Amino acid sequence: MRNIKIILVFVTITFYIACGGNNKKPASESSSADGTPTEKPADVNSYDPKRGEGKFNEQNVVLGATLNTAYAEVGEKAAGVKCTSCHKMTNERLVGPGWKGVTERRTPHWIMNFITNPDPMIDKDPELQAQLELCLVRMPNQSLADEEARNILEFMRKNDGVK
Amino acid sequence: MKAKILFKLLAVALVTVLMIPSCRPKNAATAVSGDAAAKSYVAPGQYDEYYNFVSGGFSGQMSVYGLPSGRLFRVIPVFSVDPEKGWGYSEETKPMLNTSHGFVPWDDLHHIELSQTTGEINGKWAFANANNTPRLARVDLKTFKTAEILELPNSGGNHSSPFGTENSEYIVAGTRFSVPPDDTNGDVPIDSYKKNFKGHISFVSVNQESGQMDIAFQLKTPGVNFDLARCGRAKSHGWFFFSCYNTEQANTLLEVNASQKDKDFIMAVNWKKAEEYLKAGKGKKQKVKYAHNVWDEHTHTGTSTMKGEVTVLDVSELKDICYMIPCPKSPHGCDVDPTGEYIVGSGKLAALLPVFSFDKLQAAIASKAYDGEYEGIPVLKYEEVLYGEVKKPGLGPLHTEFDGKGFAYTSFFVSSEIVKWNIKDLTVVDRVPTFYSVGHLCIPGGNTRKPSPKYLVAYNKITKDRYLPTGPELTQSAQLFDISGDKMQMILDFPTIGEPHYAQAAPADLIRNNGQLKIYKIDENKHPRVAKGESESKVVREGNKVHVYMTAVRSHFAPDNIEGIRMGDEVYFHVTNLEQDWDVPHGFGIKGANNAELLIMPGETTTLKWVPDRVGMFPMYCTDFCSALHQEMQGYVRVSPAGSKTPLTFHVGKQPAADKEVQ
Repeated sequence: MRNIKIILVFVTITFYIACGGNNKKPASESSSADGTPTEKPADVNSYDPKRGEGKFNEQNVVLGATLNTAYAEVGEKAAGVKCTSCHKMTNERLVGPGWKGVTERRTPHWIMNFITNPDPMIDKDPELQAQLELCLVRMPNQSLADEEARNILEFMRKNDGVK
Repeated sequence: MKAKILFKLLAVALVTVLMIPSCRPKNAATAVSGDAAAKSYVAPGQYDEYYNFVSGGFSGQMSVYGLPSGRLFRVIPVFSVDPEKGWGYSEETKPMLNTSHGFVPWDDLHHIELSQTTGEINGKWAFANANNTPRLARVDLKTFKTAEILELPNSGGNHSSPFGTENSEYIVAGTRFSVPPDDTNGDVPIDSYKKNFKGHISFVSVNQESGQMDIAFQLKTPGVNFDLARCGRAKSHGWFFFSCYNTEQANTLLEVNASQKDKDFIMAVNWKKAEEYLKAGKGKKQKVKYAHNVWDEHTHTGTSTMKGEVTVLDVSELKDICYMIPCPKSPHGCDVDPTGEYIVGSGKLAALLPVFSFDKLQAAIASKAYDGEYEGIPVLKYEEVLYGEVKKPGLGPLHTEFDGKGFAYTSFFVSSEIVKWNIKDLTVVDRVPTFYSVGHLCIPGGNTRKPSPKYLVAYNKITKDRYLPTGPELTQSAQLFDISGDKMQMILDFPTIGEPHYAQAAPADLIRNNGQLKIYKIDENKHPRVAKGESESKVVREGNKVHVYMTAVRSHFAPDNIEGIRMGDEVYFHVTNLEQDWDVPHGFGIKGANNAELLIMPGETTTLKWVPDRVGMFPMYCTDFCSALHQEMQGYVRVSPAGSKTPLTFHVGKQPAADKEVQ
């Protein structure tokens, strides 16, 4: 009986050792993949649906009381290249939803986060997931510079009637 | 009793280890040796340690594999058309394959050279040679795209190429076939070889910023066959070594007639001296014709320029540029060790490997230890230059790579093996078989000052029974060896595209962190017919040429309905991919196109020429699965008879209230 116990312990240890070698990282450890954001499990708990996810927040996105027409003008041009193939200025859906009223539905920093960092937000934001079921096309990352995103936000405000 | 228990325990332990099937991946390689599979296994989602840039031989392309997994990542179209990527089919890429003979859609790519700084790989460019219609190509490693192709005049098969100096000051291109120079009458009897045929070696300078190539000068040499070459490095920087065969100057049945002499040559070239002569105006300007094709990343367009002149230095007149080192029996490989001191010649038909010494070469030149001349070039005394010989190494030596630890690895085609030997004492320390008939070898950095001696890849000519059969034509292959220990250990077999000749490898981080491009910025797109946004999409008629400025975004084209095209029109689809995200190309195909598809990278504009052959309705669609609504990414082009009054119209998204009456 005692022998059996010893054998069992031994077998377990042996098994552990034998398999331990398999836990070693493969040879390519030094250049292992970063892992794409889409593969990370969505951490719903830390996600703030009012703010979205990204570098923008209430502090660093400040709107003027009136429209910055210079921003809006440049933003309209940028949107023409990178956005309006899929978004109409009305509330009609094309590939993605129409832009009418978006600045009333969303906080400015949420918009800035979403248009510069769409992939992680689509994975976590319940409303965006619902939208994806409707549109079936994930909003692409159009590599907007911060300034470009800010200008587009101003153009969205203009579209929503801000003077 | 105790001993018995211990024995039992050991037995159980052994059985347990053997019975755990999930612990180690098992495949055919297990038969080679126990841990081979684990050594080449790269788990899903993990990256390889090295990029391996492998010549595609008669496919004309360059392939990119990962080491140690042997996974194929990309085939870069270089000298051959590639309908999959539109290479040679889109209007923008056609000029890249232009030559003085016109558009050449195929070639035979044999060797790769990664650009270097101070004798180490710098991760900027990969050069490649065209063996048939003599050319050099430069692939940009930020885009993995062919950025430049330069034709070589006075050349008949660019085999001894694209080997480079240790700062990539020059990439060389030595002709395999000697031919009458381009500015002479080539309409001469073939058996006037000795009189009329000459060899030429181009020294092509490389701009260290842009990479742009230019033929700095050519060396005019006796009519022989140049085979392979290596630069001097470190102490021998400033020199270049070329293996020569057919010093018999045969022009028929070379198999026999070019194998007459006991010794051919390795030609040592003092290129610093050549530079001095060039500066002193000793070069002769020669009228020739060759194409220089350059890709522009901003207009997304290649431009082909025909050039008309080259400067030639005649090495039989300018005595101290070239020296002939006798080398047994038709030398093929000519390889220089990381210190720059040892030059290994591999006589294809020799039963020994001579190792020459750079120091002795310098002394022999200084003391004029000559054994006559070969067509005006001093021939050095063999023993005066020889460091020593590796005796009876194997049969049919071809190529040698180095590990930087004092060992050389030589491939033997006939005896189908790799032999590891000690450079200092010239003794063989290990040998392994290859399956079968190995040609080139590659150790990452194996031709540099600092090799990375973990892996060795053998590129084999024959596979026979190694893989599942596929009819008469079988794949060729590479075999990976772990060389980190004293003994070489085979750890992987993998099939390759085309015929793999020479290859080079670089650490993965060096290449992937070189500032690789993920997208083309749409703001920087300077294509003359770009449409930056759907508002700029349009269709313009210019006589019988119709230009479609089209945009592509997930998941529609604009315009996607075009009417008013007439028989006799040439239609140019200039498609701009408006995406600005990594890995979102769109494709474009239209029914009946006599060329290929377009594959358009984010931010790029590419043009497909289409000449409708009949009246009717022509569907077009996106060929690269881009989104869940990819199958919706389509449109129509209506073609009417010549002279039809159907107006030229185009739109996207305009759905009429009711179907129009059929006209």
